[in-house]
Amino acid sequence: MSFLKLNQISHQYLYKKGYTKALKDISFTASEGSFISLLGPSGCGKTTLLSIIAGLIEPTRGEVTLQDKPISDSKSDIGYMLQQDYLFPWKTILDNALIGPQIQQKQKNAIKEKAIQMLEDLGLSDVIDSYPHSLSGGMRQRAALVRTLITDPNLLLLDEPFSALDFQSKLKLEDLVSNLLHQYNKTSVLVTHDIGEAIAMSDRIYLMKADPGEIQKVFEIPIELRNLPPFQARKHLKYQQLFDRVWEELNKLEAKSIV
Amino acid sequence: MKQNQLSDDQLFKQYQKKININRLKIILWQFVIFISFFGLWELSSQLGWIDKLIFSSPSKIWMLFTENLVDGSLWFHSRVTLFETIAGFILGTISGIILAAILWWSDRLSKILDPYLVVLNALPKVALGPIIIVALGPGYLSIIMMGAIISVIVTTLVVYSAFKEVDSNFTKVLKSFGATKWQCFKEAIFPASFPSMISTFKVNVGLSWVGVIVGEFLVAGKGLGYLIVYGFQVFNFTLVLYSLLVIAFFAAIMYFLVEKLEKWLIKNPDN
Ligand SMILES: Nc1ncnc2c1ncn2[C@@H]1O[C@H](COP(=O)(O)OP(=O)(O)OP(=O)(O)O)[C@@H](O)[C@H]1O
Ligand SMILES: [Mg+2]
Repeated sequence: MSFLKLNQISHQYLYKKGYTKALKDISFTASEGSFISLLGPSGCGKTTLLSIIAGLIEPTRGEVTLQDKPISDSKSDIGYMLQQDYLFPWKTILDNALIGPQIQQKQKNAIKEKAIQMLEDLGLSDVIDSYPHSLSGGMRQRAALVRTLITDPNLLLLDEPFSALDFQSKLKLEDLVSNLLHQYNKTSVLVTHDIGEAIAMSDRIYLMKADPGEIQKVFEIPIELRNLPPFQARKHLKYQQLFDRVWEELNKLEAKSIV
Repeated sequence: MKQNQLSDDQLFKQYQKKININRLKIILWQFVIFISFFGLWELSSQLGWIDKLIFSSPSKIWMLFTENLVDGSLWFHSRVTLFETIAGFILGTISGIILAAILWWSDRLSKILDPYLVVLNALPKVALGPIIIVALGPGYLSIIMMGAIISVIVTTLVVYSAFKEVDSNFTKVLKSFGATKWQCFKEAIFPASFPSMISTFKVNVGLSWVGVIVGEFLVAGKGLGYLIVYGFQVFNFTLVLYSLLVIAFFAAIMYFLVEKLEKWLIKNPDN
């Protein structure tokens, strides 16, 4: 049984004067505990696809199921981390982290303890009562991560969560996220522009092309890399080989789109 | 290390001192303008440069002021007008915000009502005065209504557009946790619009005074607006100017309170 299943998803955005075909016939499955990356040029529909999986956009065709149930039934099982952190500037870091439980009316002392614990684990103990504006980009991103994880979702959707970070914070956060996800056996879908990140973190990569958004190619990550933390994986020989292959494919896509 | 710290401290002290001096200078200038305005007024009235009958003089107004303060009529008239203005302000602002929320709630309704709102906004609301007075009777209620109606439409439009401008990704975050529309409104749309709401409050303070004073011109037998009309009728311009100054004083206080509210609502990182 597959945990997450996308069946022939197509989506078009409609406006007054026409429409954009954002996605065409996307199908894939992800087993429980696996990590999937969506890689592709800008505008190929990655964010759209993630919003569809999260149940925030109704696809024009096709369906998404989580544990064989339509996603509309399992909203609270999904955690979605947006392309930017979108912490609420008028709430403290702790209150931001607790938005999910508050919305789901699960706010109890136990969950507050848990949030404090998680924030401390991620090195945010000094800023628990601060407002987001006083935090660095990396800290904000970690706070957004706590907000996503606190409701204990089984499926995590990460939309370029590390794109706004400097290289060093990015590597550190990759390791941390990867570690957390493995520890709790979470299933994840990561959207990224960064080939290296996709290889280092995932079990499988779907390479997408634009106009319309379709899956172009699938890369299975060698088992040696899967079991390494991202930082170590980046140093492995097979990492480099795979990087070159993906790079080549991406270049082909871009060459096509330029012609 | 120690020395370094000391000089950092000194730098900070210098900076603080500079800020304080600048602030004092500004206050000094404000004071100078105040004094010279009233001084010049008094002088030119005494020397006959301006018509004493029309422009009166600060000393005469002061005399009237102390007189009215003692016999209680200052507070009597102020109380009436203040009550009407505050009630009008609150009524206008809150109904404006509620209307904006309804428009935000229903996209279709807001599209349907759009042209009507634009026309209503362009309409000079005080022109509705006679109709309101006939409908609600000549009294408190009409005057409060005047104070409210003058600000309600513009509040609706400004607050509604603020609601619309809130980054949809904030609601996306909430929806990803399964938030209802009401929760999205309460947690994201409404608090994100505080700054625009505060600026409409500031505008509405002024507008409510306009509405109420015009309302009092039309019907009242008491209040500061009534005193102005009465002063005009008996050609007592000292009374007119006195009322005007009292209004200016209270309007300033209301504005100041709104600013306090702003500081409280919007946690500004720089303060
Ligand atoms: N709300 C929207 N309304 C209309 N068109 C949209 C909307 N969102 C996205 N699109 C269009 O759909 C296509 C896919 O957009 P999407 O944001 O999913 O791309 P993406 O792969 O996430 O890009 P990026 O890597 O730049 O984030 C683009 O052509 C975009 O213009
Ligand atoms: Mg995107």
